[in-house]
Amino acid sequence: MSVPEVVREARAVLEVDDVSVSFSGRTILDHVSFEVRPGEFTGLIGSNGVGKTTLLRVILGLQKSSTGAVRILGAPRSRSSRSIGYVPQKVLLDPDVPVRARDLVALGLDAHRIGLPRRSAAQRELVERTLDEVDATSFADARVGSLSGGEQQRVLIAHALISRPQLLLLDEPLANLDPKSVQEIVALLHRVVIDHGVAVLLSAHEMNSLLPVMDRVVYVTGGRAASGTTDEVIRSDVLSALYGHHVDVLQLHGRVLVVAEPGAATDDLPAHPTLQLD
Amino acid sequence: MFSGFMVNAWEISTIVAIVAGMVGFFVVLRGSAFPAHAIPNGAFAGAAGASLVGIDPLVGLGVFSLLAALGISSLGRRGRPDVATALALVMMLALGAAFLSQTREFEPQVLGLLFGDLFGVETRKILPIALLAVVCVLAVATLFRPLLLTSLVPEVAMARGMRPHLIDTAFLVVLACATTMTVPVVGALLIFALMIGPPAAARCFTSRPGVALGASVVLALLAVWSSIACAYLSNWPVGFFVGTFCAGLYAIGRIYEVLAAAMSRRLALR
Repeated sequence: MSVPEVVREARAVLEVDDVSVSFSGRTILDHVSFEVRPGEFTGLIGSNGVGKTTLLRVILGLQKSSTGAVRILGAPRSRSSRSIGYVPQKVLLDPDVPVRARDLVALGLDAHRIGLPRRSAAQRELVERTLDEVDATSFADARVGSLSGGEQQRVLIAHALISRPQLLLLDEPLANLDPKSVQEIVALLHRVVIDHGVAVLLSAHEMNSLLPVMDRVVYVTGGRAASGTTDEVIRSDVLSALYGHHVDVLQLHGRVLVVAEPGAATDDLPAHPTLQLD
Repeated sequence: MFSGFMVNAWEISTIVAIVAGMVGFFVVLRGSAFPAHAIPNGAFAGAAGASLVGIDPLVGLGVFSLLAALGISSLGRRGRPDVATALALVMMLALGAAFLSQTREFEPQVLGLLFGDLFGVETRKILPIALLAVVCVLAVATLFRPLLLTSLVPEVAMARGMRPHLIDTAFLVVLACATTMTVPVVGALLIFALMIGPPAAARCFTSRPGVALGASVVLALLAVWSSIACAYLSNWPVGFFVGTFCAGLYAIGRIYEVLAAAMSRRLALR
């Protein structure tokens, strides 16, 4: 394929165009539009229950939207898109399930194939290299069910990365992780974006740990979304319009705090671990 | 011990152990022990019904286990899978009770379906059972990787465009097929022991999925072969030995795991 470099760079990896979803009359997503471009780190930010997971399911093709469309690399999304890697929050497995971290990563290569696996030396080498990329070599032979949350995240990221997707979707990967693991996973994903030019779309209910690496933000509340660079979106006027009531955006020591005036409903504001002194 | 009717027993038990070990690996991995119990138990009603209308019980077994598998799969999709499985089981047992009440003629046969009749296998039955076994083994080998991924991380499999529900249904059909061939031989109660004990024990000895699958088959073979030998020598029922050895294998596996962990801790301290 001789696509000119300029054209390829300009094309969005993911276009979410005017997507709405409602369940039994209740609107979950209300005409949401945004783009994810190659090699960019995008944060999908919003508190729990604002429709982040539904949006990810629409992008993955697991949920139909009532209006709008999702395009992957300019084409309407098909069910078996190999250009998207997906990382769920956690693997729910017993520690005695006989599957090692490296087995799960290798399945990223060929789980859709039939027959017993016979992997070539080149494929085993690729598994090894991918494990190394996510710093999982030290626990590659441990059973997946016995790993910690942060270690499982690395293995799941490696599983998704090994098929060289253009877009990596992560559903709340930082929830339930200790602060050190959060930093490690964010640094790892930043490295993936830089080294492989993979676009990352990561949902989170807390944005401060992502501020140093986030190129763009999609801020979701009440089913509606605002998107752009952090400077364009995380502003008092933009977020007030989105929330439908006045909110202030405070910048403190390189961190962001979104606060509502006293008396306003605040349960839709994102979480603020910054209030703890850490 | 290796002549006459015993030849059939050795042959058929080898076939059954290979199938139970392979299918059982995924029964344990997917947490499908309850369907693995319900399908063979419910299928016995099919055999009773078939005898009543005068057709081969194997056909009745096949039809009922297939219906059970599809029922569990389609009901479990909408409601709780365990409730769907229980109701499928209850439904078939109710039919079984109705069929049995019609005649007392085949009561010994029914006992044979529940506990198996390993020493009474006729030579003409070996070929159809061997064919069903080949189907089961090929199906598990073919679906190995999709089954593995959908069992481990169904959301990821779905995002990759795989259909976990379709794969689940395919697996239940394989389970039904394995049930049909093995119930007349080792009985509805014992096939369950062979499908759970050896695979669960195999997991204690290895962390590799492929090796665990092989170990599960080897342990199932060990369990049935030693059971036949013990039953032949002692005149106790073969089912007693199969059940005891399968549970025993699991106990040995657990003890091995504890010892291995203690050993590696001691080595690490050095």
